[in-house]
Amino acid sequence: MLTYLARRLLGTLIVLAVMSFVIFSLIGLMPGDPIDIMIASNPDLTPADGVRLKKLYGLDLPIGERYWNWLTAALGGDLGYSRTFNRPVLEILLPRLGNTITLLGIASLIAIAVALPLGFAAAVRPHSKTDNSINMFCFAGISVPPFFLAILLIILFAVTLGVLPAGGMGPVGGEGGVFARLEFLVLPVLTLTIASLAAYTRFARASMMEAMRQDYVRTAYAKGLAVRRVVVGHAMRNALLPLVTIVALDFGALVSGALITETMFGYLGMGKLLFDSILANDFNLALVGLLFATLLVLVGNFLADIAYAAIDPRISFKSLANK
Amino acid sequence: MTVLAEHPTDLAARQLFWRRFRQHRLAVFSAALLAFIAAMALLAPVIESAMGLDATRVDLFNQYALPDATHWLGTDEAGRDVFLRLLYGGRISLLVGLVAAIAAAVMGTTIGLFAGYFGGRLDAFLMRTTDGVIALPVLPLLIVLAAVDLEKVGVPATVAESEVVSLYRIMFIIAIVGWTTVARLVRSATLSVRTREFVRAAEAMGARPWRIMARHILPNVVSPIIVATTLSVGGIILLESVLSFLGLGIQPPTPSWGNMLSNAQELITRAPQLAIYPGLMIFVTVIAFNFLGDGLQDALDPRASRR
Repeated sequence: MLTYLARRLLGTLIVLAVMSFVIFSLIGLMPGDPIDIMIASNPDLTPADGVRLKKLYGLDLPIGERYWNWLTAALGGDLGYSRTFNRPVLEILLPRLGNTITLLGIASLIAIAVALPLGFAAAVRPHSKTDNSINMFCFAGISVPPFFLAILLIILFAVTLGVLPAGGMGPVGGEGGVFARLEFLVLPVLTLTIASLAAYTRFARASMMEAMRQDYVRTAYAKGLAVRRVVVGHAMRNALLPLVTIVALDFGALVSGALITETMFGYLGMGKLLFDSILANDFNLALVGLLFATLLVLVGNFLADIAYAAIDPRISFKSLANK
Repeated sequence: MTVLAEHPTDLAARQLFWRRFRQHRLAVFSAALLAFIAAMALLAPVIESAMGLDATRVDLFNQYALPDATHWLGTDEAGRDVFLRLLYGGRISLLVGLVAAIAAAVMGTTIGLFAGYFGGRLDAFLMRTTDGVIALPVLPLLIVLAAVDLEKVGVPATVAESEVVSLYRIMFIIAIVGWTTVARLVRSATLSVRTREFVRAAEAMGARPWRIMARHILPNVVSPIIVATTLSVGGIILLESVLSFLGLGIQPPTPSWGNMLSNAQELITRAPQLAIYPGLMIFVTVIAFNFLGDGLQDALDPRASRR
């Protein structure tokens, strides 16, 4: 088991290292650089100062060396300053990350809790009316543009009915506690939930269909078990397994969804921060934000692999390590 | 009859395909609907002159007009005809969707064929790369790619600042993150085909790898490619609309469904209908592509289908 864990961890670290270089290079290709922006906003600086400053900060070095300098500093805990906030990147990023995890956590939990019964109900009676309507709902859910969904919800709940705020985070400084923030969470959570719900329901249905085709299900029926016993006791347990992996692989989509939803509703999470920092040429913040998003996804995949092997008795860590 | 004699299996397969495809009513309806939308979008200039309007004409005395006989869907905040702008936007969205999907399919097919046919280290490398790309948070990455300064990668300034560049850029960046599904499918199909007798025979006769891949393997892995590509068009149109909506895709005044919505978002209390039309067009087009892909899957690959 330890061998497997170590190999898997090493693989994740390699992907992270490669991605950090790719992202670092991409950020370097964005328009302008920090010194150009300094010069443009300060008339006292001459182009000669610019050249000197670039040399001072090592911006005239080749990309490989710049990456190395950044990496050694980052590993030493120095991730740099945000240009727009004038504060260390981590100080800004961490609270935002917390907000995003709250949003994603609530939305995923609701989506999974609803998707499993829906998908299983559809799979137990394929091509029934229930199945067909669930299927229609799923197709609609994966086809609706998330920002359009957000706009529709805003039109309905904030403009027409006027019962929920169209965006924002609630009172500054968290007055009124959790409940004051709750109403600001409803629409973003709903937007995110609908999109993942449709995808998860399709996965749950496919997984259950597969399980219902197995021999042990036929055996269970043959020995006279009630449908409920067969479904809950035999098929469902096996249908849950592949879902762990699929839901974890969907992590990337969740992060993308968070970016749109947060931007639409002015929710101060990491997605919105990432979007704003890219648009505002806040290079350090964008770089670290992207790395965090990638890290989040990689950790999700890593945990899913472990969970999968841990839940399924047929897969032993030993067999995985020897593969 | 001669055709039948020459390719009996081909014809039977095609008949089977049509028979099964026709049973999927939603897919048939979607195909017709998509053909209609594409025809309307292609004919946009003709429709424009037939209606006696100009899609780009700004008329500040006629803002937010409600639908009437001249302006079928009313006008937007600059007094431009919404119906015509939707048609022109459709050209962009469909073009981006199809071109990016095909480009991604070509990339994915090549990578999948190489990984599946040559196996070994190349396979391991290509598949780890694929896993890596799948794990990426796509949207943030696309936003950075859309923000990249083309002059810094050596594109001449005249090209980098031209109007069409946002169109090519968006097709390109979507294709380079979108090839993974096809690559995986083609790889696994290639793995099963390469052990078949006709491939062995070709190898024994000394055929070169590229010939075996192109003549013997590729024709046998076409079905999953078609299905995956059709299904991906919807997702790509969604991505394009998201990027354009965020102001990083197709740049105004060129209309695209995404940037029309972005415009409308600021006017949401003033004129909510401006947000509804482009949103509905995206929704209808994407869902039609998804139904079509589903129908093709049923017809081409009955074992893998939901039926």
